[in-house]
Amino acid sequence: MRVPKTVLAGLAAASLALTGCSTDDPEASGASAEGDGGSSAEATPAAEGQADGEWFVRADYERQLAQRDMQPEGDESKPWLQAIEPEFVDTAKYKKSGAQTLCFSNASVSNPWRVTGWITMQQQVDVYKKSGEIGEFRVSDAGDDDNKQISDIQAFIDSGDCGAIIVSPSTTATLTPAVEAACESGVPVIVFDRGVNTDCMTTFIHPIGGYAYGADGAEFLVDELEPGSKVLALRILPGVDVLENRWAAAQEIFGNSDLEVLGDEFTGGDAAKIKDIVTQYLQRGDVDGIWMDAGDGAVAAVEAFEDAGQDYPVMVGEDELSFLRKWKETGMTAIGPAYSNFQWRTPIEAAVRIWKGEQVPKEWVLPQSPVTDENLDSLLEANKDMPSLHYAKFGGEDLPGYPQAWKDRS
Amino acid sequence: MTLTQQAEAPRTAAAVEGRRRAPVRLGTTGIIYLALVAILVIGTVLVAADGDNLLAERNIVDMLTRSSVLGFIAIGQTLVILCRSLDLSVGYVAALSSLVGATTMDGDPARVPLGIAAALGVAAAVGLVNGLVITKLKVNAFIATLGVALIIRGYLDTEYKGPAGSVPDSFQNFGYTRIGVVPLSTAVMLAVAVAGIVLLRRTRTGYRMFAVGGNDEVARLSGLRTDRTVIVAHVLCSMTAGAAGLLLASRFSTGVAAQIYSAGYDLDSIAAVVLGGTLLMGGRGGIAGTIAGVLILAVLDTVFRLLQIDPFFRDVLRGAIIIVAVALYARRQIDRHAVRARFGKHGRAAGGQDAPRPVIPEARA
Amino acid sequence: MSHPATSPARTNRSAAVGRSALDLFAGGSGTVFALLIVVLVAITFLNPSFAEPPSLMAFLRNAAPLIVLAIGQYFVIVSGEFDLSVGSLVGAQVVIAAKLIDGEESRTWGVIALMLVFGLLVGLVNGLVTTLLRVPSFITTLGMLLILAGAVRLWTGGAPTGALSDSFRQWGRTGIDMPVVRQLPYALLIAIALGVAAVLLMRAPYGRTLLATGDNPTAAAFAGVRVWRVRTLAFVLSSLMATLAAILIGGFAGVSAQVGQGLEFTAITAVVLGGVVLGGGRGWVVAAMAGALTYQALERLFTQLDMPTTARPALQGVIIIAAVAYAARSRGHRPPPPAPAETANDPVPERVG
Repeated sequence: MRVPKTVLAGLAAASLALTGCSTDDPEASGASAEGDGGSSAEATPAAEGQADGEWFVRADYERQLAQRDMQPEGDESKPWLQAIEPEFVDTAKYKKSGAQTLCFSNASVSNPWRVTGWITMQQQVDVYKKSGEIGEFRVSDAGDDDNKQISDIQAFIDSGDCGAIIVSPSTTATLTPAVEAACESGVPVIVFDRGVNTDCMTTFIHPIGGYAYGADGAEFLVDELEPGSKVLALRILPGVDVLENRWAAAQEIFGNSDLEVLGDEFTGGDAAKIKDIVTQYLQRGDVDGIWMDAGDGAVAAVEAFEDAGQDYPVMVGEDELSFLRKWKETGMTAIGPAYSNFQWRTPIEAAVRIWKGEQVPKEWVLPQSPVTDENLDSLLEANKDMPSLHYAKFGGEDLPGYPQAWKDRS
Repeated sequence: MTLTQQAEAPRTAAAVEGRRRAPVRLGTTGIIYLALVAILVIGTVLVAADGDNLLAERNIVDMLTRSSVLGFIAIGQTLVILCRSLDLSVGYVAALSSLVGATTMDGDPARVPLGIAAALGVAAAVGLVNGLVITKLKVNAFIATLGVALIIRGYLDTEYKGPAGSVPDSFQNFGYTRIGVVPLSTAVMLAVAVAGIVLLRRTRTGYRMFAVGGNDEVARLSGLRTDRTVIVAHVLCSMTAGAAGLLLASRFSTGVAAQIYSAGYDLDSIAAVVLGGTLLMGGRGGIAGTIAGVLILAVLDTVFRLLQIDPFFRDVLRGAIIIVAVALYARRQIDRHAVRARFGKHGRAAGGQDAPRPVIPEARA
Repeated sequence: MSHPATSPARTNRSAAVGRSALDLFAGGSGTVFALLIVVLVAITFLNPSFAEPPSLMAFLRNAAPLIVLAIGQYFVIVSGEFDLSVGSLVGAQVVIAAKLIDGEESRTWGVIALMLVFGLLVGLVNGLVTTLLRVPSFITTLGMLLILAGAVRLWTGGAPTGALSDSFRQWGRTGIDMPVVRQLPYALLIAIALGVAAVLLMRAPYGRTLLATGDNPTAAAFAGVRVWRVRTLAFVLSSLMATLAAILIGGFAGVSAQVGQGLEFTAITAVVLGGVVLGGGRGWVVAAMAGALTYQALERLFTQLDMPTTARPALQGVIIIAAVAYAARSRGHRPPPPAPAETANDPVPERVG
């Protein structure tokens, strides 16, 4: 009897490790080089995720796809506080009273998605400044320079007066040592958006992830297009974890479908380049669907079809407003995958909860759902005063600065 | 703008300061260190008004850390610019060597020396190609190094789809250890700078670099093998970029491509060199000035961070400061440099008629 | 892909023949025309539909902004300087246009006028800082690049706002409907008009002094040329061209956060591909325009070959180096350039306009 028990225990431990329960060994958790979608606590061997530059980890992919259908815990009207399958951790040791200094190391505000989120975050901070939880909000912007961000985080650690450090990492792999150092300093560390290859932080906040994002669009194309239809993939940059995951999921789905992928082109997100490339493909033959790894310049891709006098393709964009408006105006068949922009509120909420000693999810997975024909109208109505290049799912409607702060981008 | 009042007035003091610090090139280098001090003083006052102390240990460490990567690259960039060349491939070389270094080491402490050698070797090879294309194929340095940069980029993007390799903990120390307030990486960078200064002032190669940059044609006619000098400068430049790549690998604990080559080290390093008083058309300047230029940028960075300056406004300020600073140096050189030479035009330059001597007679200041 | 193999013997001969038709393919500016033809033939061979007039028009419409930028960059480079600020300026101008027009048709022309004034100012600052304050143009325009990029984002809060009107967008997006070509793009007409104007300008006294200044500023100064004025005007022309390119690019594709990024290097590469010598004094504006066209054609070719996008920069690098090396080689076989003193008397190099 004793032997089987041991075996059982061993099996249980092994299956725990395999199914991705958290492990304390940062070395073992290196698999999440894939970033935004990656559970940092994933126990896939590090080598698989990094060494061969592969961006596809099947376990993560399948988990994310499944998470799309799960009912998140929490109030549906406040999606930034919801969590999917949360495992709560105790934060009593960080309990503090009085106004705290909140430190935020931002990767950059170099694209409209980050600009939108950054405004939301500042508005959320203002709320807690008024109510007395946050005294000072200290920010470093690394301008997309990983080395600079490492120095920024180090400076927060050295300053010694951060009540919590929030990090939005520029790159998953490179920021790992700096985040580990931040954890060692004893301050609660909150990571959001892209991940890092450690689970030392108090909480890691992210929407479901890149695989789910990429899959939303790819599945839509597979569903809407006849077998044998031709799809063009437009991507921004190579080698960026957040984006590579989206493409890896799309490739997986296209590979199992009857669609033909005409090509995948890097555009730098530049509208002129996107329009030119789409125009070139249209000259060579039909294009029935467009998949994009981010919606920047989606309108330019649509215009290429207009200018060539062709029918609209089945389009994968994003929840960015100029695209949503174009979609509404033309009535084309489209989907707008969203990488939930409201996640920029969550780190602030998390910090305040941690200071109160309340539990937070170890991995705080926020809901993430695309814009579809069903909710297009309501989202457009809700955002009707917002400028173009604003993200519909920004989730700041109840903050005091709404709508002026997002309208003026101040 | 901040520079205007500060660097202008105490010119005599600058010369005195310069004579003490840099006996060979007193004027310009002195002024630049004075500008650095001025920026430090202004920064300290502004930061103090904000309730912090710029000269606190942690902030000094921060400034020095921020200077090391760009410092390595700018040292090499100084050498090529002195030769009236320039190198736009440095960021790509750094990315390449971070990947070569990290994949060669592969987490094994015993392979650290091999990794360093491989990274620097690959970097040197790129420098050799740069130098050969410029001298033997007679391609303008701007285009030659831009072309080589594109080639490396194509290789990196195709070959490495993401971070690759890992560096052992022992090598991570290169990026994270510090001796007192001086980070190890900064100490190594300063040692390389000293080596570079010795190279320029005490060796024939250094002598030739000034000569080639001062006037390529005159140097050639007076029997110098100009091609070889330019090639050596490019090899050394790529190697310092390679060292920067290794440092980045040690800080990142892995090798990466896009994160390094899109960080703008190419233009930043040229700005630092020129900010350091080296003439973009070659022949005059030096590494001591470059280090001051790098430190100025690092101090600005730290001050902007402490003052919570909007990142967009930061760009505006940086652009303006670079222009104003260089305009100030240029004012001092107008008389003796009435006609500006244009770099990139071997043997046809009009200006820079100095005799091919490394000693820059600027005592007028 | 590489440039056509031409033996040194042939190059020598063409040098001897002087300005014969062969010279067009022999080096200097000539290389680019040969390269352009080879690339265009290759694309047509791979995809015959490319040669159909509507496709060709779409290609030219897309190439037009870069041609316009190349004209502007040509003026600056031939005068012995650089303009690294054009990419940022294009981005800034598109963002300015979108924010100020904000979708209102009636504001279009007023805003275009304002953009031209702004472009003029930027060029004037670039030029005066470079010439009067003696800051190397590389640094002046690099600083301007940072300033423009930062300032415009500061103004719009980080991401472009507003929208362009249809009457603004038509210049880059539409054209005159007609048979055969389907639509003759306005952008192409604008590029041709500017090209003709540039050729005429280079033949006018200003063009000659510009070349002379770039060739040898000392000599030009001795010959009575006010070097600073000539160069400043070159920067102003460059910024105005960038403004016009911004109108075409914004018109073509609308506003995006990334518009204009990296265009400065593309423009310089295009001009150098056209055989214009960095450092000044030599080059033909038509060849610079052909360089821009070649650059665009190369990108088409890469797409046509279904080459992995990641590998394309490598090939681009090889071609750029090869083309410039080839041009430099042929130039090496020519008689040595006249001594500075002679240049002052006869400041017109071989090919003007």
